[in-house]
Amino acid sequence: MTYIEYIEYIAFFFMILGIVFSAYRFLKGPTAGDRTVALDTLTTIMVAGLVLLAYVFQRFIYVDVALVYGVLGFIGVIVIARYLEGAL
Amino acid sequence: MENTSSVNRVAAFILNWLFLMILWLAFTSSLAIQELLVGVFTTALISIFTTKLFSCCDISILSPVKIFYIIYYLFVFLFALIKSNFDVARRVISPSLPINPGIVKFETKLTTEYAKMVLANSITLTPGTLSIDIIDNTFYIHWIDVQTTNPEEAFTEIAESFEKILLKIF
Amino acid sequence: MREVLEIIGGIFILIGSIFLFLGALGIVRMPDVYNRLQAGTKATTLGGMSLILGVGLLEPDWIFKAIILVLFIGFSNPISSHALARAMYKRGRFPILGKGENMDAYREVYDKNKEEEVKS
Repeated sequence: MTYIEYIEYIAFFFMILGIVFSAYRFLKGPTAGDRTVALDTLTTIMVAGLVLLAYVFQRFIYVDVALVYGVLGFIGVIVIARYLEGAL
Repeated sequence: MENTSSVNRVAAFILNWLFLMILWLAFTSSLAIQELLVGVFTTALISIFTTKLFSCCDISILSPVKIFYIIYYLFVFLFALIKSNFDVARRVISPSLPINPGIVKFETKLTTEYAKMVLANSITLTPGTLSIDIIDNTFYIHWIDVQTTNPEEAFTEIAESFEKILLKIF
Repeated sequence: MREVLEIIGGIFILIGSIFLFLGALGIVRMPDVYNRLQAGTKATTLGGMSLILGVGLLEPDWIFKAIILVLFIGFSNPISSHALARAMYKRGRFPILGKGENMDAYREVYDKNKEEEVKS
């Protein structure tokens, strides 16, 4: 294995651990706010993960997918926050 | 009066157009003539409709002094971001969870809405602080490790280094 | 040149993934919504930025889009966490307070808003 392949494996290991932890908070979180925080974190981890996958598979189009996913996740969190605030 | 405001509107339109065009170039990352033409027309159309919403600053933002301060601000901000991340990492890893949370408030001297937004975003990303609400000139900040509840001391501790630079930019 | 970029990019990716993991760990360990927001927002912001920049260094053709993504993460994360924090306070989830006098300065605003709501 080359140096970069080692890095990729370690990075994916840490990111999967991060996804598991935030999924735990997402499922368990006592209030809606906790779940939304976990969703926000999951979105950021997934955006970074998609960019890394784009590098691993050498597909530039995945970076665009990550960008659109990030925009949609951001809008989703904002909408949920406005709804919880009672402004919608 | 009429004349200057229309000049200002045209300047805001050009600034908006320039910004959108830079964004377009970064998105397409190509210099083919067809894409450039489509980009020029699309960004012009968008900025006709949205200049009213995005008039953050006048044309003087392009002067060299202000650009220097913007770059300086980015460096100060980046340093604070890295420091805050090591702070969070230390708190998360240590078994006893050393936190002492509370909410403090302070007043700012900034006047424009955009400057306040930039300051609030910067505060959220600096060590141990999270902006909760802005009412007129008062910031309400959740602080993970409260050192003082006095507004003036909290201001020097949290926001002074950013505000000094922002006052020069806006 | 290529090798140097590869080594630097690898280090950036490693740091980024570790901070993403620490953000998720903070979300699990912290006691209430506001502290979770603090850990989640800061650590994942720098983590995502550093990882995406690392990929941009490994693959220099992608650097423009990587910078766009980095700027977008830097703008969007604090805004969404600010909106969430205010929404949670307005719903009446009060933060856990540490030791000290007069720790919750936002409570007065909340009480005033509640009073006006009752009147109208």
